[in-house]
Amino acid sequence: MFGKGILRGLGITARHLLETYIDDVKRIPSRYAYDRRLIKQPVEERGIFTIQYPEEKRVLPENFRYIPMLIFDDTTGEDRCTSCGICAKVCPPQCIWILREEDEKGKPIPRPAEFYIDISICMGCGFCAEFCPFDAIKMNHDYEIAVYRRFPDLVLNKDELSVPASYYAQLYPTAWAEEEKRREEERKKKEARAKAAAARKALAAKKKAASQKAEAQDGETS
Amino acid sequence: MSETMPAVDSTLPYNDVVPGAVIGQDGETLIVAREKWPELARYLRDKEGYDYLSSVTGVDNLTHPKRKDVERFEVVYHLYSIQRGGGPLVIKVRAPEEDPEVPSVVSIWPGADFQEREIWDLFGIRFPGHPNLRRILLWEGFHGHPLRKDWKEAYYEEEKKPFGSRWPKGDYPREKMRLPWQEERAIWQDNVVYPTDFAPDTWQPPEITYHFGLDLYRELEGLKTDRIIVNMGPQHPSTHGVFRMVIALEGETIVGLEPEMGYLHRNHEKIGERNTYLMNIPYTDRLDYICSMSNNLGYVLAVEKLLGDVEVPERAHYLRVIMAEFTRIVNHMWAIGFLLNDLGAFFTPALYAIEERELILDLFEAASGARMMCNYMRPGGVARDVPEGWLDQARKLVNERLPRAIDELDRYLSENEILLARTKGVGYLSPEDAIAYSTSGPVLRGSGVPYDVRKAEPYSIYDRFDFDVVTEEGGDVYARYMVRIREMRESVRILKQALRDIPEGPVMPPGKQKYSFRVPPGEVYQRIEAPKGELGFYLVSDGSPNPYRYHVRAPSFINLTALGPMCVGYKVADAVAVLGSIDIVLGETDR
Amino acid sequence: MADHEYNEVPPELQRNVFFTTLDTIYNWSRGSSLWPMMFGLACCAIEMIATAASRYDMARFGMEVMRPSPRQADVMIVSGTVTKKMVPQIVRLYNQMPQPRYVVAMGSCATAGGPFKEGYNVVSGIDKFIPVDVYIPGCPPTPEALLYGMMRLREKILRQSIKTVPWYREGRDDIPVPVLGPDIFDVRRKDDIKARVRELAAARDESSEA
Repeated sequence: MFGKGILRGLGITARHLLETYIDDVKRIPSRYAYDRRLIKQPVEERGIFTIQYPEEKRVLPENFRYIPMLIFDDTTGEDRCTSCGICAKVCPPQCIWILREEDEKGKPIPRPAEFYIDISICMGCGFCAEFCPFDAIKMNHDYEIAVYRRFPDLVLNKDELSVPASYYAQLYPTAWAEEEKRREEERKKKEARAKAAAARKALAAKKKAASQKAEAQDGETS
Repeated sequence: MSETMPAVDSTLPYNDVVPGAVIGQDGETLIVAREKWPELARYLRDKEGYDYLSSVTGVDNLTHPKRKDVERFEVVYHLYSIQRGGGPLVIKVRAPEEDPEVPSVVSIWPGADFQEREIWDLFGIRFPGHPNLRRILLWEGFHGHPLRKDWKEAYYEEEKKPFGSRWPKGDYPREKMRLPWQEERAIWQDNVVYPTDFAPDTWQPPEITYHFGLDLYRELEGLKTDRIIVNMGPQHPSTHGVFRMVIALEGETIVGLEPEMGYLHRNHEKIGERNTYLMNIPYTDRLDYICSMSNNLGYVLAVEKLLGDVEVPERAHYLRVIMAEFTRIVNHMWAIGFLLNDLGAFFTPALYAIEERELILDLFEAASGARMMCNYMRPGGVARDVPEGWLDQARKLVNERLPRAIDELDRYLSENEILLARTKGVGYLSPEDAIAYSTSGPVLRGSGVPYDVRKAEPYSIYDRFDFDVVTEEGGDVYARYMVRIREMRESVRILKQALRDIPEGPVMPPGKQKYSFRVPPGEVYQRIEAPKGELGFYLVSDGSPNPYRYHVRAPSFINLTALGPMCVGYKVADAVAVLGSIDIVLGETDR
Repeated sequence: MADHEYNEVPPELQRNVFFTTLDTIYNWSRGSSLWPMMFGLACCAIEMIATAASRYDMARFGMEVMRPSPRQADVMIVSGTVTKKMVPQIVRLYNQMPQPRYVVAMGSCATAGGPFKEGYNVVSGIDKFIPVDVYIPGCPPTPEALLYGMMRLREKILRQSIKTVPWYREGRDDIPVPVLGPDIFDVRRKDDIKARVRELAAARDESSEA
C-alpha cells in the first residue's frame, strides 16, 4: 500500500511521545523531583532521551576521563608528584613537560619545579594516570573548559593543574577507598617495620651499652 | 639469506613450477625474485587457490639493525585462500635503493590497486604495469616519500619517543609567551625541504589525469559522446567525511568513478613507528573512530603475537569479545542510520540508531572512561575490570533492548518502498569481483561469499561461541544493508553467550604493568573481523621498544577499490547509496 | 550583506540609548539561531552528530539547522584534524560563508593539531589560517563539552555591539587560499619561503662543493 510507511513513521513518533509520559509516571521519584539535576539514564527507560544539558547533567561514571589533574595533599599542601617523569615518558602525544627541582648543587629534589600540560595536544588517553606510581596525576571530570584564546589558556601550569586530594576523593570514591586501604596497609607495615627497627636499635643500643659498661668495668678493674 | 643466487634451489617451494621464482625462505615467508613475481603470482592465484590478496605493504630496511645486507625496499604480500581459510602465504619481493621497482600485480589481484598506489606515495617504490600509478594519500607535487626512514617531517623532533626534551628539563616556554615547542619552527622552516628550484610565485601543480580506475573503464572511454566530470566532496554532506569522488557522467549515468582520498591522512603509520608499542593503543582508537574497541583488539592481538608468551586471563578474553561485539552493533547501527541518511531519509532513522548507540557508549564509558576513544585493551588483557553492576546493565541491554531495537529497524526499514526502490539492484558486485577486489566484511558477505575471519582464522576466543556467518546473495546495496541487520543479531547471540559464560578473575596477568617493554625481533600480521571488514596490523619489530614498521590494513580503504566498478552504469544519485553501503570511515581510509 | 549601505552609524544616532536596545535584540536573535555548517572532518564530527541527535539535542539552542552549504551558515565547527590537503578547501569554505561568521575549533586536532601534531600532513591548528572564536579542548570533546563551547560562543556574540563589529566596515576580510606545493604554503608568507629556498640551495651548494 502506498503511504503505509508514513503512517508507520507517525506511529513511532506517537509511541515515543506516549512512552515519555508512561516513563515519568512509572518512575518514582520522578526525573524532575526535588529539583534533580543529575540525570541517570537506565537502559530500561523508553521515553524521553534528551538531557537538557546546562540545566541537567549526565551522571558521569567514575572512570570518566577528560584531561589530567595533579593532586596535592589537603592538609600538608604538598604535591604528591615526585617528578619521576613516568607520565612524561608514557604520554603518547608527548604533551607533558616536567622541570625537576634541583638544589643549589644541582642535586635533584623529588618535586616538580614546573609542570606543564598542553591540553590542546592531550588526547585524553589516561596513560599518565594509569602508570603514575604515586597516584599523583589523575584524570579530571571537568569538561567545561572551552576558551577564547589558545595561548596561554590551553597550556596549563602546575597551579592550574593542581587539585586537592579531597576533590579527587569526591570524583573517584571507589578508587579513593582502595587507595586509602592500600595506604593504611603501607602505613601499618611501615609502622611495624619502624617498630621492629626501633626495637632492634634499642636492643643493639642496650647491648652496646652493656658491652661498653662491661668494657668500662674491665677498664676499671684492670 | 643469499639474495642473488643464480642457480635454482629446488628445495624451495614452487621452484618446480616457476623455476627461479623463490630465492629464499625466512620461516613462513617466501622471498621472490622481482622479475618472476607476476608469473608466480598468477600460478598461486590460479592453481594454488590464493585468490584473496589481503594486504600489500612496503618496508624500508634502511635502519633495521638486522637487515643491513639486504636490499633497501621490500614489498610484503599477504595472500589467503577464501575456500580453505586458515593462515596466510607471505611473499616478499625486494628492490634495491637505486632502482625501487616491483612489478605490479593489479592485473592478477585488482585489489592491489590502491595499496600499490599507497606504497608508491609513501615509499616511492614504482610498480611498472600499474594502470594509474599516482599519489593517493598525499597530493601530486608533494616533495618526497614520507615513510622512508631518512625522510623527516616538518615537526621532526627525535627519532623515537619519549622525547628527551620533556623530562627532566621540560621547560615549556609558556611564560615567555612565545609560540610553544615545535610551532616556533613554523611549517616552512627547519625541516621542510623544498626543491631548490621551487618558486612560489610561478608554481603550478602538476596535471592530474584521471584514469577512472582499471581496465574496466577503458572501453567506455572510447565512446564518442560528451561527458562531464562531477566532483563530489571533499565537503559534501553524504561523503561520510572528507572524501572526494571524481565522477565521469554521461547524462546521469556514471561511466567512471575515481575516489580521491587523503584529506584525512593523519600519518598514523609514521607516528606509529615513532611511538612505543603501548603508545600506539590510543592512536588505534582514532583509526576507525566509530569502532575503537575493535581496533584496540586487533592491535593488542598483534603485539601479543609478537611478544609470544602472553597468557591472557579468561575474564579479559571475554571482556574483549563483549566489547568487540558491542562495537559491531554500534557500527552497524550507525552505518544503517547513515545509509538511510544518504538515501534521503534525512536524520530520522539515524536518530533512532544513535539512541541505541548512546546506551552502548555509556557502557564503554563506564568501563574505559571515554565514549569513543576507549583505549581499553592492553597487551595481556584489558586496562581495568568493569565496574560493579556493569555486567547486569549489559545483560539487560543485550537481552531486551538491543533485540527490540534491531527488530524495530528491520520492521520499519527493510520493507520500506523507498528503501527498496533505491537499493535493490543498485551497486551490484559479483562474488568473483568481490574477492578479486579484496573487499571484506559486509561488502564481501553481501555478495554471497561466506568469509568471516572469526570463522576462517579464529582469533581470541571466537571459536567458543556459536554463531553463523551471515551472507546475502544479492550483491547490491540492499544485500549489504541486510547483512548488517542480520550481523547485529549474530552479535547479540555472541554477546548473550559471552555475558552468560564470563568468569570471575583477574583481567591482567600478574605483575606490575610496564609502560615500556621490548618486543623480540620479528614480524607479524594479525587480522581480525572488524565491523567494517578485515582489519589487519602488520608489525615489524627490531627488538627495541618502538615498532620498526607499523602498517594498518584498513578495511574501508581497500573496500573502496570496488567503489568505482560498483558505481559504473548506475545513476549519479546511486553513487551516494553505494558509498553508504560500503560504510567507510575516513580516519581509517586515510589513516 | 551589502557592505556599503550600512557602512557607518549615522553620527546623530551614536551614543544613543536606541543602540543598546537594538544591540540586545540583534545579538539575541543572532545568538539564538546559530546555524552550524554541516562539515565533519574526523572523529569529532561523530560527537558533533551525537550532539545534534536526540540525547543532547542542539535544537534546544536553535542550532539544529545544519546547513550543508556555507552560504547559509553562521558558524563553522571545525571538527577534527585539519590536514594540509584539506586546508585549501576549508579556507575556501570559510571565505564563502557570509558575515558575521564564527569559527569553533572543536577538539585538540582543530585547536593545535592534537595528537597528530607531529605528522607531516597535519596542520597544527586551524588558527594558523582562519581566525578562531572558541577553542574546545578534549579528544574528542564530549557532546556536553561541545554544547558548553557553543554557549561560550553565544556569550561572545551577546557582548558584541553593532557599533564595533567588523563586518559593516568596508572591504571583505577574505583569507587567501593556501596552495599545495611541495609542502603547503600560505601565499601571505611567500617571501619567507623564497628566503628558505635560497637558504636551502646555498646549503646544498656548499655541501656539494665540500
